[in-house]
Amino acid sequence: MEFLSDIASLINSTLRISTPLVFAAMAGIFAERSGVIDFSLEGKMLMAAFVAAVGSYYLGNPWLGLLLAIIVCVCLSMLHGFASVTHKGDQVVSCVAINILIIGLTTALAAAWFGQAGLTPTLNEDQRFLEIHLPFADALRDIPVIGTLYSDILSGHYVFVYLAYLSVPLVFWIVFKTSFGLRLRAVGENPSAVDTAGINVFTMRYKALAINGVLIAFAGAHLSTAVNANFFREMSAGRGYLALAAMIFGKWHPKTALIACLLFGFTDALQIRLQGVELPAIGEIPVQLIQALPYILTVVLLAGFVGKAIAPNAIGQPYIKER
Amino acid sequence: MKKILSIFSVSFALVFSSSAFANTIGVVYDSGGKFDKSFNELAFNTAERVVNELGWGMIEFESANDNQIEQGMRKIADRGATMIVGMGFAQADAVAAVSADYPDIKFVAVDVCWLDDPNNNIYQACYKEHEGSFLVGMMAAMASKSGTIGFVGGMDIPLIRKFQGGYEQGAQYVNPDITVLANMTGTTNEAWNNPTKGAELTKAQIDGGADVVYQAAGGTGIGVLQAAADAGIMGIGVDSNQNWMHPGNMLTSMLKRLDLTIFEQAKNVESGRFESGINILGLSEGMVGYATEDGMVTSEMAAAADAAAADIASGALVVADWSQE
Repeated sequence: MEFLSDIASLINSTLRISTPLVFAAMAGIFAERSGVIDFSLEGKMLMAAFVAAVGSYYLGNPWLGLLLAIIVCVCLSMLHGFASVTHKGDQVVSCVAINILIIGLTTALAAAWFGQAGLTPTLNEDQRFLEIHLPFADALRDIPVIGTLYSDILSGHYVFVYLAYLSVPLVFWIVFKTSFGLRLRAVGENPSAVDTAGINVFTMRYKALAINGVLIAFAGAHLSTAVNANFFREMSAGRGYLALAAMIFGKWHPKTALIACLLFGFTDALQIRLQGVELPAIGEIPVQLIQALPYILTVVLLAGFVGKAIAPNAIGQPYIKER
Repeated sequence: MKKILSIFSVSFALVFSSSAFANTIGVVYDSGGKFDKSFNELAFNTAERVVNELGWGMIEFESANDNQIEQGMRKIADRGATMIVGMGFAQADAVAAVSADYPDIKFVAVDVCWLDDPNNNIYQACYKEHEGSFLVGMMAAMASKSGTIGFVGGMDIPLIRKFQGGYEQGAQYVNPDITVLANMTGTTNEAWNNPTKGAELTKAQIDGGADVVYQAAGGTGIGVLQAAADAGIMGIGVDSNQNWMHPGNMLTSMLKRLDLTIFEQAKNVESGRFESGINILGLSEGMVGYATEDGMVTSEMAAAADAAAADIASGALVVADWSQE
């Protein structure tokens, strides 16, 4: 039974760690499928974390905090679009500018509003998302296997964990099964052909970026109002970049990107549990090696198992209408 | 022309003068950030106390990365600090370099105790964190019902192993059969600053049966204590008294009295009795300990810890320092 609960704990941990990555990767898919590089996932996630924490602190409701975070992130996406779609600036430069701006801005605003550089006040239970316990979770716990599956794995997560995994089929459906998705992909592959067909390339890219902003806001809010109870300086800690890697790893496809996110989450969860454990025949592995495990695994898989990742054809190129 | 020159020199004097205060304390914070509710914040609060009680001026520097530390420290020296506090082992090189160029300024290096000091102007303070951690480890073992307790460290460095070592020895001193789950957050500076990872490590330890968790992880520790409080188990704070963060879910905090060190040295600088040197401060000097205010320390725990503290201070009980291994 202990083995089973260890497995449950490992799966739970994987699901939790992967959650912000999944949101960010799905956000990235929308932007990049439309032909706009989005390096600024990191900055937007950080901003969302900040706004969600501040919003729910002042408004007393985490959902309102999330709503504010969505609004701010969509604005940031629009800013990225304004620079790189409308004014045809370099997309990577625009993203880097947003990332740097936000690291400074969040710290400075926290200092100005709360007198503590890079830290917001601790949220109480009403101002945070708490873990959701599904009905009958306690009653069913004692049933073997099914009880563990339902009560220990399916139940007891933050709302964002459920939303993240539900967003994947939704993104898949939008991108691959709707006419909007078809246009979105076409804009990223061959914008001039789409333009010939009478579809506005710029509008399509702005729409994609708007959805991108909504999705990334969930990732940030998960960090500051669910897992933690306040915003912390640079708390996104590279998760935006990791998600971008997962998206490329997953060939700009929701299903494979999800698998890549889960893989990153799993190796991270595994390394937590392997620290200080004596393995049979090998003995205790040094922490440094264990913590490098996710990266080693990534390189091995990338080199050996994942085929060539082909980016959308028009990615990174601002669309210039012929005169 | 003369007028312009005089305006220039006046404004120049205003910018660079330190004449407003007889003494000025300069503080250079460690990478956990000024408001980490722990190590750095304690230094900040002490500096404020120096300002309020001794009437000093204060200059601060918060570095975004280790490369800025020396530059920031030089700037503070140029702006007329009389005593500069360098927080953390990462500032050792900066303290050595700047103190050599500014022989008249006194330096207090916290967590640094290996520098050559040709100008005799560095007070180097290291603490026997393993002794303080031993006491909170004892309490953790006494408070634990499951027989499993946890430890979350920040960056994997010898200093943090010292906390872990003392904690494990203390727990085993009370209960030889206790299981201690120990995790380090990472191997880079980022490990001091990742509360989400801290929360995840804590949840893993709770899944493993831990019902008391001790953190020595800087800003990451905020996530550790939050996760412990969320799960309804007890957390143990570090460096300053963190019990107020989650009343009812905090057992105690391991105190590292760098506040006493800094304040004392400020007074010594003022009275001209500053003495440079290497100081290893532990229980016998009263420089490490545990906090009871807002915590859940029972009289039984306090009695056991105080007895052990007396033994450690007298040398009857020796706590091994894991950073030396």
